[in-house]
Formats: sequence, structure tokens, C-alpha cells
Amino acid sequence: MVERKFSEPTDEIVQLEPVEVRRYIAFTRWNHWFTAICFIVLMLSGFAFFHPSLYGLTALFGGGQTTRWLHPFVGIALTVSFLGMFFQLVHLNIIRREDLVWTANIKDVITGHEERLPELGKYNFGQKTVFWGMFWLILALLITGIMMWYQYFPHLVSIETRRIAIFVHSVSAVLIVLVFILHIFAALWTRGTLRAMTRGTVTGGWSWRHHRKWLRELARRQRTKPAE
Amino acid sequence: MTIAPNMDSPRTATANPPTHPVPPNLGQAHVVRSSAGGPVAENPQPLTEVAKLIDVSKCIGCKACQSACIEWNDTQPEVGVNVGVYENPHDLTPEMFTLMRFTEYDNPDTGDFEWLIRKDGCMHCAEPGCLKACPAPGAIVQYSNGIVDFIHENCIGCGYCVSGCPFNIPRISQKTHVAQKCTLCSDRVAVGQGPACAKACPTHAITFGTKEDMTALAAERVEDLKSRGYDNAGLYDPAGVGGTHVMYVLHHNDKPQIYDGLPEDPKISDVVRNWKGPAKPVGIAAVGLAAIGAAAMALFHRGNSVSQEDEAEARELVQEELRGAPVERPHDKGSA
Amino acid sequence: MTNSWTDIKNTDLVIVMGGNAAEAHPCGFKWVTEAKHHRGAKLIVVDPRFTRTASVSDYYAPIRPGTDIAFLMGLIRYMIENDRVQWEYVKAFTNASFLVKEEFGWSDGLFTGYDEEKRDYDKSSWDYQIGPDGYMLTDPTLQHPRCVWNLLKAHVDVYTPEMVERITGTPQDRFLKIAEMIGECSSPTKTMTSMYALGWTQHSKGAQNIRGMAMLQLILGNIGVPGGGMNALRGHSNIQGLTDLGLMSNLIPGYLNIPTEKEPDWATYMKSRAFKPLLPGQTSYWQNYPKFMVSFMKSMWGEAAQKDNDWAYHYLPKLDVPAYDMLRMFELMDQGRVNLYFCQGFNPLLALANRNKNTSALSKLKMLVVMDPLETETARFWENHGAYNDVDTASIQTEVIQLPTSCFAEDEGALVNSGRWLQWHWKASDMPGQAKYDTWIMAQIFLRVRELYRKEGGAFPDPILNLTWDYADEHEPSPDELAREMNGRALADVYDLADKTKLLTAAGRQVKSFAELRDDGTTASGCWIYSGSYNEDGNNMARRDNSDPSGMGVYSNWTWSWPLNRRTLYNRASADLQGQPWDPSRPIIAWNGERWEGNDIPDISPTAKPGEVMPFIMNQEGVSRLFSRGMMRDGPFPTHMEPFESPVQNVFNDRMRGNPVARVFASDVEKMGTSDEFPFVATSYRLTEHFHYWTKHNKVNATLQPEFFVEISEQLAAEKGIERGGRVRVWSKRGEVWAKALVTKRIKPMICDGKTVHVVGIPLHWGFVGAAKKGWGPNSLTPFVGDANIETPEFKAFLVNIEPAVGEAVS
Repeated sequence: MVERKFSEPTDEIVQLEPVEVRRYIAFTRWNHWFTAICFIVLMLSGFAFFHPSLYGLTALFGGGQTTRWLHPFVGIALTVSFLGMFFQLVHLNIIRREDLVWTANIKDVITGHEERLPELGKYNFGQKTVFWGMFWLILALLITGIMMWYQYFPHLVSIETRRIAIFVHSVSAVLIVLVFILHIFAALWTRGTLRAMTRGTVTGGWSWRHHRKWLRELARRQRTKPAE
Repeated sequence: MTIAPNMDSPRTATANPPTHPVPPNLGQAHVVRSSAGGPVAENPQPLTEVAKLIDVSKCIGCKACQSACIEWNDTQPEVGVNVGVYENPHDLTPEMFTLMRFTEYDNPDTGDFEWLIRKDGCMHCAEPGCLKACPAPGAIVQYSNGIVDFIHENCIGCGYCVSGCPFNIPRISQKTHVAQKCTLCSDRVAVGQGPACAKACPTHAITFGTKEDMTALAAERVEDLKSRGYDNAGLYDPAGVGGTHVMYVLHHNDKPQIYDGLPEDPKISDVVRNWKGPAKPVGIAAVGLAAIGAAAMALFHRGNSVSQEDEAEARELVQEELRGAPVERPHDKGSA
Repeated sequence: MTNSWTDIKNTDLVIVMGGNAAEAHPCGFKWVTEAKHHRGAKLIVVDPRFTRTASVSDYYAPIRPGTDIAFLMGLIRYMIENDRVQWEYVKAFTNASFLVKEEFGWSDGLFTGYDEEKRDYDKSSWDYQIGPDGYMLTDPTLQHPRCVWNLLKAHVDVYTPEMVERITGTPQDRFLKIAEMIGECSSPTKTMTSMYALGWTQHSKGAQNIRGMAMLQLILGNIGVPGGGMNALRGHSNIQGLTDLGLMSNLIPGYLNIPTEKEPDWATYMKSRAFKPLLPGQTSYWQNYPKFMVSFMKSMWGEAAQKDNDWAYHYLPKLDVPAYDMLRMFELMDQGRVNLYFCQGFNPLLALANRNKNTSALSKLKMLVVMDPLETETARFWENHGAYNDVDTASIQTEVIQLPTSCFAEDEGALVNSGRWLQWHWKASDMPGQAKYDTWIMAQIFLRVRELYRKEGGAFPDPILNLTWDYADEHEPSPDELAREMNGRALADVYDLADKTKLLTAAGRQVKSFAELRDDGTTASGCWIYSGSYNEDGNNMARRDNSDPSGMGVYSNWTWSWPLNRRTLYNRASADLQGQPWDPSRPIIAWNGERWEGNDIPDISPTAKPGEVMPFIMNQEGVSRLFSRGMMRDGPFPTHMEPFESPVQNVFNDRMRGNPVARVFASDVEKMGTSDEFPFVATSYRLTEHFHYWTKHNKVNATLQPEFFVEISEQLAAEKGIERGGRVRVWSKRGEVWAKALVTKRIKPMICDGKTVHVVGIPLHWGFVGAAKKGWGPNSLTPFVGDANIETPEFKAFLVNIEPAVGEAVS
């Protein structure tokens, strides 16, 4: 039995000619997209409260009152959903030594010279950054969000603390949106990525190019049970 | 004090209010500030600044003001319980816009006991923290006479005003989900009447009129209090919020906090200022730039594409590994 | 009130003692704030608790409940010792110079003539020495050892500041500071006003408390002057009207008396009411008593009251006891001697002393009729409300009939305020449901009773059958008709007594004032003191002119005040012997050489020369009384008496309990507690958020003060392990209550006679019906004993014990 170090049990090479690799099972994909929808709702509704010029976004949700009560509940939904993602993905997102090398040579990533970089497992440092950024920021948004959730926790914290909470929530929200933009950008810019979350599979070339160690491990794991 | 014939506001609550119908003012034409970029009048009609003066030294804590407030605003608070204090309800609530607060104070300077009674409620700041914090356009407005009013149809019940207020005044109704506070009876003032609390106050501890007149009246009262040995008597009209349209005559103006925590130097919190100040444009700019940058790069920069060579390499690698060829065991130390 | 609410703004010093004006009379209290703001007046509060009145005072002193006399006598002693006396006033306008009988004296806390068996005094020695000419002997130099002044001086001598502190617990320095502030008002140009209420009346020596302050005010020259006076703040909006109209078992409207058994005929009745002047040339106004009495009888029985039948005097009931006061009625009820009780606008279950006794008494009635606009506990006394009204309903056979009536805003008429102003008001809204006007209900009962007498005769039908009942709608006398009836009218042409040819009022017209009332049957008036309120000028009570030309708050054209629209009683005393105001800056009336003139109606004949007729024309003496002769049952001077339940013994006489002449029913003696079992002094009071037991029905008031509580000091709380907001049980020899504890710095322990005295404050607004939380009234705890003179129950000083309680009361 080959040691599984860079891949999920559910990851596998599903086709050899051409090579096609399953990266995410359906559950994970649904989980992701649910989280994404929550995120978008939260972002749009949050923006409405963040800046007067964006208040019109409340119309998307049926007005200010609805937006006000919807936002925290969606926040809870996102948190729960994200936690699902988190436990599925966390162990492959631990930062490793090669991530530092990768980061040090980020220029090569941007210019497409990945051959100059170490072989990577399922996630590169950019993806890990998105993962951990999302995690910590969601945590911050959750905690401060509950502090400012006036309808249910009006006396949870002092007004002074709530002021800080609102400030932290706002800053965290801006940051998480930046992470979100990075996430989307990376997914689109790195061609062939998106299908991992739509179809669930990526091509062998994509895997070879970006996550060779992951591909290698999958192939080794399948040594005893050849693909069809 | 008398009521001038063509005053736009009643001079005092004790003056007989007009008995003829008065066209209501305090409409959109008088809005000088509005929350979250809500509409303000282009050329707001200037009204004389008004103020409510609460003379703590005349207040007997009878709660007639609370009673009048409940009745005029028809707020229907619930009958509560006694928890060993005179404050009932025990705090400002969405149904109780004003509250007598009682403080038992042993004066260390005189050795005398004092029972300080202060009518709490919205101060109608010239620079209202609630209005600054409010995210809903037009939910909080300030009229040209200084009254800060909540416009409930625009309110979303988020509670930001609570955080914005330096005096801990607004309360969010759990029933209607809108913020509530003293309106300074804007609906009465608009038609030439004084606020209900001032009308009901039996000892004239609460008076209402122009800010100028109330300041003059306060000076008279302060002089009287000083003659009675209250050397630090004074008018509480805190500059930190640009002055207020509800002012107190205090016997101990040097220590406002002894009146159940009346802030010594109230001002809009720096946190709120930063949140509602730099954070907004910086945040929007950051997000906007990031989005634009990303979009530009995605549009104009060649993406990182997988080539046919990559696919071939992959096939080769997979075949090799499946075959179990002795290849170099990948190590995770990762050197090229 | 001798003065009016609005007159308080003219004062220099307000003393609130025996009351809590800011809380119980917040609207009237505005005139105190006016005086403070615009005159620089000072406010002194003396009270067991630091009240809301104290919160706006310039000086406060605590006092042990029920020891006011010692404080007041101490003040008088201070004034005499420090020459803080308005001498000219005292010498001319009081009985200071009158000589008192040699036999009169005071020792061991008692005056001469005490009979322990009868619990009464033989008062024959408490009187003036009368000369052979029938007038009093006097010594205008005040040198004679038997003159009132010297007797007073001797009487108060024992009340040194040390003694005051020992009895009252008021620290000497506080007492002396107050004495000093008050002393300044002995100047003719400085006045003090006394504002008091039930804090003085609800004691077994309540009337003497008030006497004490009245004497002090006389010594300072503060009676009859603007900004002065004795100002009783009445506890209900129309309680002044109630007493004016004689709604007492021993009174006839206008402070006339119901005869007693000892006065079987008119001549005997009138003999003791001759009111012969005790000074030559003096006006003794009560000499007009027959005019008022005959006019009353004519008003009642018209043609049936004639000179030859002594104006139907035999129709009047004759009292076999001094009075059927509330305490006596409930005692009789409890003895099973009352069958039917009409309870109109009254909630005795909670308002009368000793709740358990009240319940027991009501349970013995055959029928109870309750007329009230509100649901009262009395009407529901038979209903079990758990601990709040723990009665065995099945064992109570009393039939209860509730007759809903109108509230003040639903009917028309006059309310008489503390300042004697009859203020007419109009209906603001219709009565709800089946409610009826009280007058309609009374008329229905009367008409039916009369019909029964007509049909069946009965033992003595005449007073009923002949009662004047000439209202347009006999089923519903209108407020207007009743008001006219009280004013009175001429039954025949009324002529000037001095000039018999001068017609004053023609037959059938309303009399102008009581000066036109006659004792020959030519006038009728239902209440002589209201005469003038509704004359041919119209309904003067409905006047609403708030102009005040003098700026002194007289408001002569605002409604109408009795007597004769006079706003300040004894106002003649505001001027000196030459008739010039003591304080020229505050003139009310002055003598212009021929007449009295000024801002108010003179309280003397307009042509009575100053120096000849003395100001207090309602007294035979023409002057006021520092020594009240035998007019009060418990002494001609106030002397310190402990409450019936007291933590300490009377320092003058340790055998004396309470007021030695107060009536105590045998069954109540064993219900008196002692300080070893009940170590704490309790006192009851109102809170400004509520009005008695009415406003607990109102949700707004109930919100502002929702639940029954008691107030105790931090020290007592610590001693008993009681926490703020925790529940406590308070009990006396008569009952127990459970309440929330309000632990406060505003009540502090006092040291009295070397003993630490803790006070438990018990407010009185909760019962078992209404919008507020269920609770108890203090009358579950209070003793069943009243004032020796007027039987007002001793609600303000009694003994209790207190402990922390667990659990909630079950209802």
C-alpha cells in the first residue's frame, strides 16, 4: 500500500487516455458552491451596509430590513458550510517547506515557469493562502458578527467592544473579499482549474503542470488497481 | 418668557401653545443632515435652534415625564418587576424613551448625602454619533432646529446607531425591529407645541425653547445654585459632540459622571470615526482596485495554460508509475 | 391650607415636615421651586427617610417616626431662648398675655386632671382666668408667671437640643442648623411656610403635631401673611370638599356639628354655641352660628322647618358617642353589630388599619354595597387570592353589590383643592359600561326609601318624607342644582340688618354670600361656607381668569375659594396694629384709614379698625391660641408622646404608652406589639408614581412603579442578610407581608435614648386587583388606633420585624 500523503482518498485517476484525474467528489463541489453562494450573498448584503453608495444592493434581497436579518443567518450558514470544507481539506493545506520555496519564486509562477519550482502536492501555497485566509477571516467575521448581531445578542458585549467588533468586521470583510478576488482570479487565470469544481476532474496535463507530486501519488496508489 | 408671534418654534413649554392650527414644519425642507447619504434639503429652511433644558436641581424624580412620554408616543411598555431600585423600567427601552436615573451619592466634599436624579434620554447632539454610524440612507435625520429624528420607514434595525451614540440612548425594538429614542417630540414641536415631558413636568425642571433662551435660563439657575453653595454648578452642553439640544443644569458640573454615568467628555468614538471615516473609502478602493486589477490581468494577460506537452508528460508519468518503474521516490523536501 | 398653593411662591423658607410634598403633591410643589428660583427661598426637609422632597432641599434632617412634637417644642424653646420671636405679633395677635388658671400644670408627661381609668382628662383647669366682667385677665407685659407665654416657656424648657436628639434621633447639629434657619423668619419681613400632610395626621397625637407647628408659626409671626401659614396638603383631590361638606359622622356641612344625646333640644344645642367674645369689642364670628344652622335646616326641610318646631331639630340624629368614625364602625362591624355598609369611593380593606380585622368585620356584614369607578379590593374582600388575600370564601356570607360609578373625568362639578379653591370641572368623556353618576344612584335609593316610608309609615318617616327634593329631574339632581343649593337662596326678601329698608336679595334669588344668611327662616343654604360660590353672578367656581395684577399669585378671579373668595385666611394678621403690612414688599391687605383694602378679601369686617378688632375672628378671644384651653383632648400644649408601638419608652413617664387619652378598643390592645418582639420602626407612605390604590389600575403608572417593596437601610440589610431586590417578609403583631427589598443609603439608623433604631419604609400602592403586580398594603401591619381628637389611624409609626424570604408568594 502506498503511503497517502498528498492526496485525498477520493482523488483518483479516472482515465488514462488522455489522463483525467478526479480532484473533488460531488459532495465537496456542492459544499463549495453552497459556501460560494453564501459568500456572494454576504458580500453583497455586507457591501450594502458598508458604504452608502452600495446601499442599493439591499434591493436584491427585498429591502434593508430583510437584508439586515438575512445577512447574519447566511453568515452562520456559510460558517457551517465552510467548516465542512475545512475538515475535508485541512490536512492537505498544512504549510510545508516547499511552499516557502514556491513563494520565494512566485515570479516564476506568474510567468508560467513552473518547471523551475519544486513539485507540489494537491495545493500550492496560493491555494493554501486562500484556504487559511478564508478560515481566519471567517472566524473573525463570525465572532465579531455575533457581537454585533443586535437582534439576538443585544447585551453580549459592551458598546465599546461592539464598536471595535464592527470595525474589525468591516476590515475583515474587506480582506476576505480581497482573498475572494484572488481565489477567483487564480481559478480563472490558471486555465483548466475551474472544471475541478464543476465536473470534479482535471486533466493530467494540468495535474502534471501544477500538482505533479499529487498526480504521482495518485498513480502510485493505483498501481495495484489499474484504471480501466 | 413670552412667545413671539411668528416664532417657528415654541419659546417655552410653559408658554401657552398656539391654539390655532399651525402648518407643520420639520419636513424634508428642514433636513440638514441625513444618515448614509440620505436626502437633505438643497437650501434647508433655517429654523431657530431649540433646546430642552433639564434642571436637575429642580427635578423631583416624579416620572411624570416618563408617563407623558409613554402616553404621547403610545409605546405601551410592559409592567415589569421591582429589582430593588427606583428606576422603572430598569433602563431605556424601545418603549421607554426617557428614564429617571437615581444615584445615591455621599458627597465627599461636604459629607452630606445627596440623591441625584437625572432624566436620561436622547441629547440631540449637534454632531450625532447615531447619524454618523447609521448605514441606512435617511433613517436618521437632523433638522435645522437641531432635532435629531429617526425615520422609521428607512430604519433597518441594525443597531449601528447604538454603537454610534456616545450616550447609550437608542434601543432596538424586538417587535418592530426599528431603533427608538426620544424624538424631542418633533411631531409636537413641528406644530408649535413643546415636548410632552416638558409639558407634564410639574416643577419646570424640564423647559423647552430656543437654545439661546434655555442657555440664558440655565445661567440664571447656575447663579442661584452657586448662591446655595454649589460652586461647581454649571450647564452641561458638551462641546465634544458640538453641543446638544438637550442640556442639563447640574449642581456638580465638574463631575457629570456621578449622575449615573453622564459622560464627562462625550464624543463620537474614534473607532466609529475610523470605521465610518477612512475605512469606507479605503476598503472600497482596495476591493475595487483588486477586482479591476484581477479582471485586467485576466483579460490582457495570457493565462497559465496547460499545453499538449504537459498532457504528454502526464501520460508518461502516470504510465510509469502505474507500471511501477523504479523511479525516484518523490520526497517532500522539494528541491528542483 | 391657611394660604393657597400659589401663595407658596412668596415664601422665604419652606419647611416640609410631616409630609413629602414633592412626591405626594408634585404639582403643588411647583410653587416651592418657584419660590426657590425667583425668591431664593430655602427648603428644609425633616423626615425619617431622605425623600424626593429632600433631594431638592437645602437642608435635611432625619427624625424618628412619631417624635415630631419633641422636635417642634425644641424649636419653640430655641426661638424663645434666642429671642427669635416676632414680639409685636405675639403680644398682639396671640393669647400669650392671657392668664391661665392656677391649677393648670404638667408633670410626668401628663397635664393636670388625668384619669387613668377613663383614659381622659378633666380639662376644667385648662382655661383662662376670667375677670368679673366676663373677659379674660391678661398681662400685656408678659411678666405674670401664669400668663400663657411664661407657661409655654416653662413647658418647652425640657426640650433642649440634647433632649430633642435623645427622643427624635435627629443629630443636635442638624437640629440647631434648622433652628437657626427657621429663627431668621421671626423677622417681620421674612416668612416661613409649613407644608405638611399625613406624616403628621396619621399619628395617635396627629392634631398635636400640627398644633406644635402652628404655635411655632405664631411665634414667628407667620400666620396670615403671604408666604406663610399652616398648609395642610390634602391627600385626595377633593378631601377638602369632603370635610367642608361634613361627610363625617359628627359634622353638618360647613363645620357645624351633629347634636349629641346631651343636646336633646335646640336651646341646649345653641347654648353651648354662644361664642361670646372674650375681649371687649371683639368680633366672634361663630356668633352667627344660628344663621348658618337655621339656613341649613331650611335647606334640608324647607317648609317643614319652622321656628315653632325648632327648625325641625328633632329630625337630626343625636350622637351617643363622640363620632362614628371609621375605626369605630369597623369595630362595631367586627362585633357583628352592623348589617349593611355603604362604601362609596372608599377602599377600606386596604385603607383602614389592621387588614385582618377589616376582613373579619366585612365578613360579618349581611350586605356590602360598593360604589366606585374602579374595581376595589374591598369589593373583592371575599375572593381568595392566595397569600395576597387568603380568605375562606365559602365561610363568608356577606352579599356584595358593586355599583360602578363615574370617574372624575366623566362627570361635572367642583373639586376643592387644599387651598380651599372650588374648581369647577367639566365632563371629558362618557362613563363606560353600566356606570352611573353617584347622584343618580343616591337619588334612586332615596326615592325608593321614601316610597317605602310613604306606603308603610315606619318609626319616624318625617325626616325622609319632608326632605327637600325639588330637582328638575328627581332621578338625577344635576351638579348645577346641587351647587346652587349649597350656595343658598333667599326664601323671602332679605334686608340689610343695619338698614331694614335696604333690600339685599329678593325672595327666590341666590344669596350673595353667607353675610345674607338669616336665623329667622328667610334663607336656606346647604353649606354656608360655600355661600357666594354660585350666586346671581353665576357659577363663580367656573371662572378661569388667571390674571394676577399684584404678581403675588392671588388669582382672585380664578374659580372661587371659601370663605368669600378669600385666598389667605387670617390675612388681617399680615398687617401690624396700625393696619400696615409687616412686610411692605408683600402687601395683601392694608388699612387705608377707613377700610381694609388690598389684593385679597380681608378676613375681618372691612371697616373693623386695626387695634380694636383683633384678626382671629373665628376665636372668641379674637387672637390665636398658643394655649388651646380645653379644645383638644390631649392637652392645651403639645407634649411628647410615643407612638403606641415604640422602640423606646416615653422619657417623661415610662408607664405611659402612646397617647394617654387615645381611644383603644379592648380587642386591639392585645394586638399591640413590643420592641423586643418587633424591634424595627415602620412607617407608611405614598410614592409619586401612584395615587393611593387607584393608579395601580393604570398600566402606565403600574409600569413606572410595578411592584410592592419596602425600603431599609444598608445597615439593617447587612444585619439581616437582606440583598437589594431580594424578597423579604415583614410582620407585625397583626399580620405579615412579602415584598421586594429596596436597600438604600436614604434611610440611616438613628440613635434614640441610647438605642439604635432602624426604620422600615412601607409604601402603600399595591393590592390584589389592578394592572400592577399583586402585593399588600401597609395596613396588613398597622395598629388599630387613631388620633385622640379625630381618630385618624396611626399609620406613620408602628413596630415590625423583617427577615429575608424565600420563594414567590402564591396567588
